[in-house]
Amino acid sequence: MAQKKVVMDAEAIDRSLTRISYEILERNKGTDDLVVIGIRTGGACLARRLQEKIEKIEGSEVPVGILDITLYRDDLMTGTKKPKLRKTDIPFSLDKKKVILIDDVLFTGRTIRAAMDALIDFGRPRLIQLAVLIDRGHRELPIRADFIGESLPSALWDKVDVKLKEQGKEDEVLIIEG
Amino acid sequence: MKLSNKDILNIEDLSVDEIQLIIDTAESLKEISARKIKKVPTLRGKTVINLFYEASTRTRTSFEIAGKRLSADTVNISTSTSSVAKGETLVDTAKTLESMNPDVIIIRHSASGAPHIIAGLLQQSVINAGDGTHEHPTQALLDMMTLREKRGTLAGLKVAIVGDIAHSRVARSNIHGLTKMGAQVALSGPAVMMPRYIEKLGVTVHNRMEDAIRGVDVIMMLRIQFERQGTAIFPSMREYSKYYCLTGDRIRLAQDDVLVMHPGPINRGIEIAPDVAYGSHSVILDQVANGVAVRMALLYLLAGGN
Repeated sequence: MAQKKVVMDAEAIDRSLTRISYEILERNKGTDDLVVIGIRTGGACLARRLQEKIEKIEGSEVPVGILDITLYRDDLMTGTKKPKLRKTDIPFSLDKKKVILIDDVLFTGRTIRAAMDALIDFGRPRLIQLAVLIDRGHRELPIRADFIGESLPSALWDKVDVKLKEQGKEDEVLIIEG
Repeated sequence: MKLSNKDILNIEDLSVDEIQLIIDTAESLKEISARKIKKVPTLRGKTVINLFYEASTRTRTSFEIAGKRLSADTVNISTSTSSVAKGETLVDTAKTLESMNPDVIIIRHSASGAPHIIAGLLQQSVINAGDGTHEHPTQALLDMMTLREKRGTLAGLKVAIVGDIAHSRVARSNIHGLTKMGAQVALSGPAVMMPRYIEKLGVTVHNRMEDAIRGVDVIMMLRIQFERQGTAIFPSMREYSKYYCLTGDRIRLAQDDVLVMHPGPINRGIEIAPDVAYGSHSVILDQVANGVAVRMALLYLLAGGN
């Protein structure tokens, strides 16, 4: 039986997102030209939460877009099961914008590489900063996060599962030992 | 999420789940055509060959653009300028192309069943872009996508298909597809253009167009196929038009929010009045846009990954 440990509960997740929101606003000196892009599917939920928190703090609404990176994956030809292709919805230009890219877990970095390729196809952002709820190490590409909820050392064969209430589950982060 | 077959030859063979998968995928891919840079790298390095033995604007351009937007290398062969003009057979042409390692071959041919012969011979995926009077699966898929987009669901929709049903591969594919997805299909056309026993496909047949279109949600007009009929099987275009043209008057028999469809190209004034073709009920141009998305979806599902 695989060992399951709760690494973050609902309150911890909420506090991390609040802190990340403050850090983003501090680093970028406000919300001018700021947009948040969430990577499906976990990142998309977190993007909207970030938007709500930033609105509560600064009083202004930051545009949110959703990015599906399936078409940009580097493993489509390797025969692993293809994930369902969902819509990308970025209804505004990214030119000259400060893009906060957000995902739930940062692992090998390949998802972020794919996401950046996708964003560049949409226009020329002024800069891209990366926010993640969990950084679990084991990078296979030279990619790092600017804003991190929690750093979670993990073994390669462990599974890190972020469950979010928008997906019909309790907010929590689990590590399942492989 | 995969298709069960390596080829797309008939709607008749696709399951309801497969049709949903194709339309869902097409809806997700549609936004790429609205971007400034209309390209994703998914089929980079894949080769798609368009082998068209018959004239086409929509289907061929649609497949070419679909392939290019997915970053595939697309090759167009129009047989009038190929060795087919020297008498090379279909099988020889197919085997020759196979030796150049394409990933997908898309074929339109005047003989029903031609794509099936090729699909049986080659390892590559083969897509039927219209074979004789048999099927035109990608047209039906884009038609169904358009209807689902506009009405939310296909189940329970009342659809009338009007025209030269006997010679129409578009009609056949749509009949299979729409009935599979739970729509009610009524056909109308001159008796000489209505195949016998077609009710066995689960459709109703009406000699008078007015009876077929009364109260329907969708009217699909078919082009009179001059090039496929050979000898004249009706007295004159004017007579056909008098009984089977979709005019502003006739359209009032259908639902107030009826959708008007046509696979194109239209014969203005013969099967459809120009003001109806470009009027507020018409979704003809949406069909064309969705055609690119559906073909992108098929190329992605067949050639994107193993």
